[in-house]
This record gives sequence, structure tokens and C-alpha cells, in this order.
Amino acid sequence: MTRPILLQGGHVIDPSRDLDGAADVLIQDGKIASVGRGLTAPDGALVRNVKGKVVTPGLVDLHVHLREPGNEDEETVASGARAAAAGGFTAICAMPNTDPVTDNQAAVGFIVRQSDRAGLARVHPIGAVSIGQKGERLAEFGEMVSAGAVAVSDDGKPVVSSHLMRTALEYARTFNVPVADHCEEPTLAAGGVMHEGLVSTRLGLKGIPAAAEEIIVARDVLLAELAGGHVHLCHMSARGSVAIIREAKERGIRVTAEVTPHHLTLTDYACEEYDTHAKMNPPLREAADVAALRGALKDGVIDCIASDHAPHAYDEKEAAFDDAPFGVVGLETAFAVAHTELVESGLFTLPELIRRMSTEPARVFHLGGGTLALGAVADVAVFDASAKWAVDPTAFHSKSRNTPFAGRALTGRAVLTIVAGEIVHDLDHSGTR
Amino acid sequence: MNASATLGKDLTGLEHMTPDQIRLILDTAEPFKEVSERPIKKVPALRGKTIVNLFFEASTRTRVSFEFAEKRLSADTVNVAATGSSVSKGETLVDTARNLEAMRIDMVVIRHPSSGAAEFLGNRIASNVINAGDGKHEHPTQALLDLLTIRDKHGKIEGLKVCLVGDVLHSRVARSNLWGLTKLGAEVAVCGPWTLLPRGIADLGVKVFGRIEEAIEWADVLNVLRLQLERMEKGFIPSVREYYRVFGVTPERLERSPRPITIMHPGPMNRGVEIDSRVADGPHSVILDQVTNGVAVRMAVLYLLAGGRAELADAAKRGAE
Amino acid sequence: MPPLNLAAPLPPFAAVVALSFEMPRPPKAEERTTLLDARAMSRALQRMAVEILELAHGTDDLVLIGIQRRGVELAERIAKLIEKDEGTAVPRGALDITLYRDDLETVGPKPVIGETHIPGDLTDKHAVIVDDVLYTGRTVRAALDELADFGRPKRISLCVLVDRGGRELPIQADIVGKSVKTGPDERVDVQVEELDGRDQVDVIR
Repeated sequence: MTRPILLQGGHVIDPSRDLDGAADVLIQDGKIASVGRGLTAPDGALVRNVKGKVVTPGLVDLHVHLREPGNEDEETVASGARAAAAGGFTAICAMPNTDPVTDNQAAVGFIVRQSDRAGLARVHPIGAVSIGQKGERLAEFGEMVSAGAVAVSDDGKPVVSSHLMRTALEYARTFNVPVADHCEEPTLAAGGVMHEGLVSTRLGLKGIPAAAEEIIVARDVLLAELAGGHVHLCHMSARGSVAIIREAKERGIRVTAEVTPHHLTLTDYACEEYDTHAKMNPPLREAADVAALRGALKDGVIDCIASDHAPHAYDEKEAAFDDAPFGVVGLETAFAVAHTELVESGLFTLPELIRRMSTEPARVFHLGGGTLALGAVADVAVFDASAKWAVDPTAFHSKSRNTPFAGRALTGRAVLTIVAGEIVHDLDHSGTR
Repeated sequence: MNASATLGKDLTGLEHMTPDQIRLILDTAEPFKEVSERPIKKVPALRGKTIVNLFFEASTRTRVSFEFAEKRLSADTVNVAATGSSVSKGETLVDTARNLEAMRIDMVVIRHPSSGAAEFLGNRIASNVINAGDGKHEHPTQALLDLLTIRDKHGKIEGLKVCLVGDVLHSRVARSNLWGLTKLGAEVAVCGPWTLLPRGIADLGVKVFGRIEEAIEWADVLNVLRLQLERMEKGFIPSVREYYRVFGVTPERLERSPRPITIMHPGPMNRGVEIDSRVADGPHSVILDQVTNGVAVRMAVLYLLAGGRAELADAAKRGAE
Repeated sequence: MPPLNLAAPLPPFAAVVALSFEMPRPPKAEERTTLLDARAMSRALQRMAVEILELAHGTDDLVLIGIQRRGVELAERIAKLIEKDEGTAVPRGALDITLYRDDLETVGPKPVIGETHIPGDLTDKHAVIVDDVLYTGRTVRAALDELADFGRPKRISLCVLVDRGGRELPIQADIVGKSVKTGPDERVDVQVEELDGRDQVDVIR
């Protein structure tokens, strides 16, 4: 069995138990054994001094793209899990738009096995909504869930057919998993490469209007109401979407939503100079959208932060704006960006941020973790909230480097990540374990 | 036994029938069971009556069951397999009605893909009309034979817990059963994937189970509905295989029930899909009894609907002595 | 009571009655004459049992078939009487003739159908039909039609408790408990202990 670990002298923040104060954390047999002041280390325990650091439940990312199977040059389950650990994540959920698509129990089982073999951050598979993500026939939700899928999604694409979305929501009820939708009305968004607004006009690039997202957000909450199911809205980007979600939650509809760190930070101005590292779907929008998203995250209309980590080979992004693929990586910068932009600026407290990056995501997908309750699995992150560092993509653990934050000065960094009582990331001692 | 509860001209569905009317049919069906056990399976009760089996949907079981019922009552039967094209369905039915009237047919047994077709026909011809299944609306004789089978097995219907399992959304058998069971005082539940359960069903006082395990824990009787393969094509379930894995009525699942559960199925069965063969052929299955009772129930319905004028009832009673 | 004025028009009440079958009959004094009391009925049944034995030359191929409903009870009693004397069991059955009635066309709502149960094959048996009252003969005709669907007995005989005359078909009883002449406005009411609580036969006018 693993050595016990005593994290001594740190500041514990656990929103699941309203903990926010100095305390030690003792981990034994892969579980949280004790949280309190002045704990003594049992024999043979590894004692880590985390004075001046923040100890939290491991971060949970509900929306990650790992390119295995199909594009292992861009990312694998193992490299993605390593990158996640480096970012303070102890659990990530892998979207099924792999090649071939993860739409059956064998494919789901493969992801679970790869995750176990890597032994780093936990990778939970998300199964496809439709076979091949073609939007025609339902995949076998029951089989995929028994094999380990925690949700279903056709992300990468929207579920275009309302009938299919409705039956997916109804059918998913049987297995108590959410249907996560990428909200994009395809005919409105077709050919668009950035937000439709003043900047796209000046740059001469075709835009994706906010309405393309808002229409599907509205449709999805109505279908969730009709079907009695749980819809999870991926990567929200528009203030109109926020308004719809707020009203839907007030009506008691089972809707949850996530937002990325880049949508909380950047606007369409990042696309000036045609930087393809600012090209993603949904696109970066306007300052008013960013403000609305921040407000929604603070008051819980948007439940959590998810990175939408989308690795791409460097040469693919080296192309004209129109031709480059959508997507940016985010696992290794998510916490730092959110901390710098939201906490350091005074908009959020650190416990509020931890809630949105750990407690809530675990709750939304009914995952374990997200808590330091006694007896809970020991998924723990330790952050240096005052560490100043500049983002250097070449130092990423991820196989891909496509980030919009290259060179950016950030405050806050994961220094230690523990999964099931084992250290999977240790900044002080380069390399893991 | 209440012989004064009349049935009216037609049997189109159970939704608007009274409990007394339903009981009359069940009580009348009992003696007809005996007729099918005789060496000469015929009684002259409907001698000289002409009955047309007007089937716009392919069906062997129901049509044959009606045919036996009609012939055992000594009626003359004609089978018409008609096609109802989607454009001219309404016209075709009206024309058909007029033609039947012109030929002085006594009774029509109709099966049609449109809900409401039986009532449509019944309102336009003087002959008795019996609904053998209209669209997704009702299949009253199926529900009646189900009720008779339950009553034979359990001695009563009131207070029994009966769960309809499967594609309730598209099932006329489920709807008729729902009406019949609630009117006779049973507790009714439905169980299936949420994609195949109709909206508002809970408002009819019906329990809803999302997992077969919950239904098995609750029920005295399971009526397992046939899963049509086209449901998969229309996207209500991903595959037949997963349906069996998640909702199949299997011996392993039934073992966990606190009491023996009577197993019913309207047929034809998809063995290995909605029901495991070992369950269908097992000791608690009454599926074959349903078929036997089907002929008796249909004989009872035909007998009760055929001819007769109320005013002469009393007079005839006296004359028979 | 005021003298009856035959010249006055009928009171409206009587006129309403004549037009509607739904209205209950106006209360009229019923005249009941007891034809057989319990003891007389018992004696008659005992004699009928003996006569059946004579007719059938013993119990070897005898089958008693009672017509629903009271015929069944009477057949049961006779069978028990025979069994007591002869010491052998007599097979008996019940026959419901509703489905063979010749007036099904006109009768509605449909009468309730009772149980039909024929013990074994009737071929080469002597079947004795037992009924409570023989009147028009139509019930017996229906019973003969129905029995024919069960096999070919070597002989069928008819045994009734009361023959009230008024035949509409050429049918006669081989064994009669009591004969009485009655008119069409009269009714013969047979009550049996098993169903009605007492044994009695009355003629009602």
C-alpha cells in the first residue's frame, strides 16, 4: 500500500465542508484520514511542509479532449493525465470525439484501462450520444455507463436533431447521466471562424453570431424540461445564454453549465493580428459577454469552470486563420488564469474559485472527489497562490502547445497533486513520484 | 352477474365503458371457454349472422382468434385484407362503410392503423363494429382477455398490482389495459425507457418505474409488451441488445422479487429481447392461457353485441319457461 | 269505497301504464296456489327416481342431465336418491341452453349464460334430461340440439317435476312429477331449498 502522507502547515480550503483555515491533512490508505491542526505523522509517513500553500480537493475538469485513439501525436490519455496533474486536476472527463468515436462499451473500457495504466489524474470517459457522433442513432448509453462513462455528449458537434436530443435526454434518465451539448446552430454558424462583431468586420473574417449558441441553449433547456432529463451546457460564451440559463434554473429545469478560463478572460480582440491561438469554438466574444459570464459563475448560474482542453499539432495551427483548426489547450493554465483574472482582481474569493473548479464539477457529473471529507478518496491539490510565473508552452507536459496565454504572467500554480493518496505531480521535485 | 348492463352497438374501447360492462363481458366469457373444450366446438347462437373481419393492418393472431370465435358461434365470416394508403385513408374507410352497409353485413371487426378508425366506422354504419386495434389508441378485446386471465389466476383484479413493461408510448394494448385495470380497481404501473413512456401518464394515477428492477419489486403481475424493432430505427432506443440488457425480464431479475410474479405477454414474443425464453416458458407464465381466453372473450363480445331489442327482453324471459 | 262509475274515462295513470314497458306493473293482488309443498315434492322426486330406474333398466348406462338452473338441483337430488337405493354412483351433468335458444334474435340484453358440464362421452348412454317445468317445449328442443353436439346417446328421455301443458312443439315428458293445466296468464314458480331456501311449487295468477 502507499505511504501515508502528511501535508503540514498549509491553509485548507474545502468548500464542500465550508473549511477555510489553517490545518494539516493526513492521507492514509488512499483516503483522507484526518484534517485538523497539529496532526502527528504515523510511522513511515511522508511529511510535506506546505506552509504558505493552499491545500484543496483536487480540481475536476468536465470537458477535455484527449486525442486517443486516433491522433496520439497531439495527445494521449497518459499525456493528458500528466498535463492535468500538473494543473492541479485529479480528475478529468474525456470527450468522445476520438477516431474512432468512443460510442460503445469496448471503446469506453479502453479509455478506462489507459487511465488506470497511466496512474496519474483520473480520466473518466464521456460516451457519445450518437453512433459515430453522426447525429442519427442513439449509442448504447447503458452499456457505456456500465463500462465507466460518466456522461454522454456529441461534443465537437451539436446534437442537431431536436428529436434525437429529446430522446437522448429521456433515455439518459434511465442511467442517471447528463447529456452534455455543444450549443451551436449549424446553419447560422456555418463557415464562421470567430465572433460576429466589430472585430470580425474589421478583420474581414466570417463570424459566428451569439444567437447560434443562444438558440440551441434555449432549445436544450426546453427539451430538458419536456424530457425531465439533465442537460449540461458546454463552454458557454454569450451573455444571452446566461440569461436563458438563469430563467431555466428559476423554473426548476435540470440544467447545468460550464465556462472556460479563456472565455472568462479574453475577448474577440485577441484575434487581431490573426493569431490562430485565439481561434476556438465557441469563439471569444465581447467584453459584455465576459462580464456576464463572470457574474454568472459567481452566482452559480454557471456551475463550474471546464477547460475544453483541445490539443492540436503546432503545424496545424500554423495556417491562415480560416484554415486553422478550432481549439486551445488549457489544463496546465486553467487554475492560474482563473486565479489571476478572478481572484487576484478581487472578483472572486479563493474558496469561491475552488468551489467552481472542484466541488461543483464533481457534483454536476456525480463523480467522487471534490471534497476533503473524512474517508473520502484522497484526491488533493496543493497550490502556491502567490507563485508568479510566465506561461512557457515548451515546458508543457501536454504534447501540444496551442495556448492563447503564451508568455503571459500569471499568479498561482499547482505545486503538488495527489490522486488516491499517490503523488502524481510534484513541482519541487522535477518529475513525478 | 348483472345481465342488464348493455354494451351498446359497438365495442370501440374500454376508456368509456363502465366497470359493470367490463365485468359482464368477463362473466359471459367463462361459459364460452367450455365451448372450446367440446368435441363439437360450435353453438348456434350467431347462426346466419354475417361478420366481416376488416383488417387494414397485417395480423395473423388476432384475426385467427376472431375467426375461431365467429365460427364457433356458427356465424358466416369473410376476411378482407385492405390497404389504407396514407393519403386516402379517410375516403377508403367511408367507402368501405357504405359498401358493407349495402351488403347488409351484421358485424364488422376492424383493425386499422389510424387511431379512432373503429369509432369512425361505427358512427357511419348500423352494423355492430368491434375494434381489433386502431392505431395507437385501443385494443379492447386484448385487454379484456388479459383481465380475464388475471382474474382466473388471482381470483380477483381489485387491489392487484399490475405493471405494463416496455413500449407503452406506442401500445394500444397498454392503453386498453390501463383503462380496464383501473376501472376494476387494480393498481397500475408502467416501466420502460423514458423515451417509450407517454407524457402525462402519472396524471392518470399510474406509477412510473424507470428500471425493471423497481417494477419487479412492486408488482404482482407483469404484462410484458412487445418491442417493435422499428423503435430502434426511429431512435427511441439504441439497440435491441441494450434493451434486453437493461429492461429484459429475465429469471435472474425475477428471482429477486419478494413474491411470485404472474407473467403475461400479448404476443407475438421477441424471445431474448423484452422477455427471456425461460421466463416465457416458466411456471408463472400465463401467456398460453391468454390465447385460450382470447377466443372465449371474443365469443362473449360477439354474442353480447349481436342483435336484440331491449323492449322484448322481459317478454322473452317469461316465454322460455 | 265509492261506487265504480264505468262511464267515467280511465284515470290517466292506467293510460300511462299501457304505453310503457319500462314502468313496473301496478301492484295487483297475486293469487298463489301451492301445487306441491316440501313433503309432496319430496314424494314426487322419490317416485320419479324409481321411474327413471325402471325406464333405464338400472344405472349401468344412465346419465342425468339437469337443465340450468333448477333442473340441475333436481337432477342432483334424484341422483342422490338413486345412489342411496342402488349403491352405485350416477353421473350427472348440467346443461345451459341459452346459446341454443330459438329466440336469441329478439332477446336483448342477452341473458346470462350458466355452466355447461357433460360427464364424459354420451355415446351409447341413456341420457335423462331433468327440468323443473315443461311448458312450450322450446327449452327441451334447445337441449336436444345441444346434446347432439356432445355425442350420440343411444336414448334420450325427459323427466320433469311439473308439466303445465301449453305445448308449442311436439314434445312430451317420459316421467312427470305433477301435471297441471294452466293458462298463458299464469306462472308456475318452482322453488328449491338449494337456491331459494325452501321446496315449494306454486301456481301464480
